[in-house]
Amino acid sequence: MAENGHKDHPRYMYIFLWLAILTAIEVAVAIPEYSIIIKAILLIGLACGKAFLVAAYFMHLKLEKRTLAIIVITPFLICVFLVIMLMPDLTLKSRLAGYEKPAADVVDTTEH
Amino acid sequence: MEQATTFDHTEDVYEPSLTPDSLGKLGMWIFLIGDTMSFGALLAAYAAVRAGAGVIGWVPPDEILGINLTAAMTFLLICSSVTMVKALESIQKGNVSRMCTFLALTILGGVIFLGLQVYEWTHLIKHGLTLTGIPDHGLSGAAISGSTLFGPTFYTITGFHGLHVTGGVIYLIVILIHGLRGRYTAEFNHEVEIVGLYWHFVDLIWIMVFTFIYLL
Repeated sequence: MAENGHKDHPRYMYIFLWLAILTAIEVAVAIPEYSIIIKAILLIGLACGKAFLVAAYFMHLKLEKRTLAIIVITPFLICVFLVIMLMPDLTLKSRLAGYEKPAADVVDTTEH
Repeated sequence: MEQATTFDHTEDVYEPSLTPDSLGKLGMWIFLIGDTMSFGALLAAYAAVRAGAGVIGWVPPDEILGINLTAAMTFLLICSSVTMVKALESIQKGNVSRMCTFLALTILGGVIFLGLQVYEWTHLIKHGLTLTGIPDHGLSGAAISGSTLFGPTFYTITGFHGLHVTGGVIYLIVILIHGLRGRYTAEFNHEVEIVGLYWHFVDLIWIMVFTFIYLL
């Protein structure tokens, strides 16, 4: 390990160990049955942690100028925004299914 | 301020801020940012379709997909990322043969990953997960009728990632051939770094795909 102590080379084996441990935790978190929301928060958090390790140390974003890191993070934020934008539209069907419209209103609207 | 003073001293000399080395790297980063949006769009569409189906209208992925195999595939890609950084580290120290060994190991990791994906796909197709249908044994009617897009989203996203791995393996083979011919040295190795960026990105995307498609 001592030879990896050079400034430009982070200790890759530590990063590898962390990635392996986080993957094992992910599988352990995913298998039992419990609230999907808690599960989603835990799994997305773990995945973001792993993605950070890969980008920061393997892709050397930590050693690059901060501007590049900001540029790279932007599309990820846009993707999150994309999901939020799509949600109201695509959950419409399931929301409408749970909403029973009074029969009188339906007749009213067809007559006008 | 520092830039301004430098500029005063070199009034007549225009120095481009991008060197040939950094230009290639920047090009790869721009490609990866665009690719992030492609995967982002696919995963957002998946999230939207799934949210539209509701909780009972979608088959839990672990009832159809095998998590143990894909966890092993994730681990394999992480290993190949490590061999990739080791290859870059080796050439930066001027050790060409060590770089070639690590590049070959990275390619091997990618090829095994693809092999496992082919195995997984053929297994799933045999069990009835196709573009139009899902395996129906032991599932409720609501789940079956709501999950008609399970197959298409699964095959599109994992297939798109698989294509990236295939492209990465070809790219790595080209770089390995260059390396074996002695193109890279301790001073000239940015092409190895650039292929590394692509390969780590493919790993990073798989981390996301594994979480969203298999685990959630």
